[in-house]
Amino acid sequence: MKRSRRRSLRLGLRYVAAIVLTLMFLFPIYWLFMISFKTADEIFSYPPVWWPESLQFGSYVVLFKDGDAATVGNSLIVAGVSTALAMFLGTICAYSLARFKTGGENLANWIISQRMVPPVAIVFPVFLLYVWFGLVDTYFGLILLYTAFNLPYVIWMMRGYILDIPIALEQAALVDGYSRWQVLWKVVFPMCRAGLFATAIFTFVFAWNDFIFALVLTRTEVTTYTVQVTHYFGGQSNLWAKISAMSVLGTVPIFIVVAFMQKYLVRGISLGAVKG
Amino acid sequence: MSAAGTIKKPQLAEQGFKYQLIAPSIFVLLLIGIFPLVYLLIVSFQGITMMDNDTSFHGLRNYAALFGDTRLWEALLHTLLFTAIALPLELILGLLMAQLFIDHLPGRQVFVALLVLPVVIAPIVSGATWSLMFDNRFGPINQIIGWLTGEEATLLWTISPDLVYPAILVAEIWQWTPFMFLLLLAALSGVDKSQLEAASIDGAGYWRIFFRIVLPAIWPVMAVAILIRGLDLFRLFDIVWALTRGGPGTMTETISIFTYVKGFQQFETSYTAAVALIIIILLSLVVFLALRRVGLSR
Repeated sequence: MKRSRRRSLRLGLRYVAAIVLTLMFLFPIYWLFMISFKTADEIFSYPPVWWPESLQFGSYVVLFKDGDAATVGNSLIVAGVSTALAMFLGTICAYSLARFKTGGENLANWIISQRMVPPVAIVFPVFLLYVWFGLVDTYFGLILLYTAFNLPYVIWMMRGYILDIPIALEQAALVDGYSRWQVLWKVVFPMCRAGLFATAIFTFVFAWNDFIFALVLTRTEVTTYTVQVTHYFGGQSNLWAKISAMSVLGTVPIFIVVAFMQKYLVRGISLGAVKG
Repeated sequence: MSAAGTIKKPQLAEQGFKYQLIAPSIFVLLLIGIFPLVYLLIVSFQGITMMDNDTSFHGLRNYAALFGDTRLWEALLHTLLFTAIALPLELILGLLMAQLFIDHLPGRQVFVALLVLPVVIAPIVSGATWSLMFDNRFGPINQIIGWLTGEEATLLWTISPDLVYPAILVAEIWQWTPFMFLLLLAALSGVDKSQLEAASIDGAGYWRIFFRIVLPAIWPVMAVAILIRGLDLFRLFDIVWALTRGGPGTMTETISIFTYVKGFQQFETSYTAAVALIIIILLSLVVFLALRRVGLSR
């Protein structure tokens, strides 16, 4: 009896700790979101107000009227197309690494190490080349860089997923007279569908959240939402409403996507170290 | 780990096909990886600046200048400082959080789903969020400090030299502790429970069990987490950019910010090329060796 009371007390304490902790981690997100629904007076009231009198959508209306919201569309195009490209090229490459041991572990390690280099060091020469070829501020230029930067991740993750599926089916398909491409298309891809899906989502999020590549390689035409947020920085603080509304527009899609991804989250962010 | 990968089936290994599959990826990687590297090498031997498009051969002048550039070394120092403080804190906090959630706790999935949200936010957005939080007048941080101390707080978090480091570290740790938490929670769930019980029956204390059984069991995952976060911290840019832009002065300038400022604001093209080249070569090497050690590819 006494023991079970102690146990439920312990559980209660852990609950309290868990709730406090979660609230602490969510508070900044709450604050960011809430500012976008405040009036200017509420944003700049002292002491700060923790909840708005009523939900105002004025900040969003302004973003859509000025066309700033279109930068979310740019993010969508750039992240979407580069994800599709990286997924296709990366997955077939991963298949070769996984099944034929092409290049051995060294090639696999070299590929993933390409992703760990500081983006600023990569984007500098790329920028110089893009100026030369007229690719600055074009969809193509940004998509090419995101594809290249995300390829290592796709190859790495898909290699792991492909290694997880049994090879026997592919052999059987070959015996049945499938061509090698048919084996890939009709056996391998369907077998690692979940992995393809999860990897694609993460690839998309990386491109979507990138700041420095877009900062350097865009001007006005293909500005992504992350760069747009920083356009409101500094100087006049009356742009807070825009900072927060723009950030919310860019963040909500990710939250929605990730909500469906819980199962694959650990594997995705740990570069496959945790099979989860 | 799957056994399938190790079964040798010569009929599958058709030479042409295997290279056909990797060719496009390798092409793109070389295009963005090697081509710029060669270009960097050439430019770094020249003398291009904003004023002067001097493409004559300057030898190692830019590389020699690296050694005398105190701003560069300070940027490196700042970067290492951020890493040395943030990484252990994220690791320990993440581990503590994982311990809190490892035992049965109804509704755990909901907590975990909410706790990982900071990880998926764009770093530049979380930097922006914290700059709103830290505002000396209209931000809630000073307000809360005011409540706790009983007197009005007017701390200039993103301006005052004593406070910029704590401010950046708070934002950084807020965003990435959940990353550690998630990975370590998964690793801890994999620890063999019966082994823990056996040790506990044998009278081993909490710490003894932790260091002898738990830590070795979760180490492979922990090593990967440390590697990923360490490399991320080394290229720290977005959060600092949003909060301080490297200021006040160059006090919080990281290697990435230094490179950006030199290359894209001061247009010291050839010098920046030398910096970028060194960074790329050193880091590729470090990562390559570290990965082989950690054995992530197996």
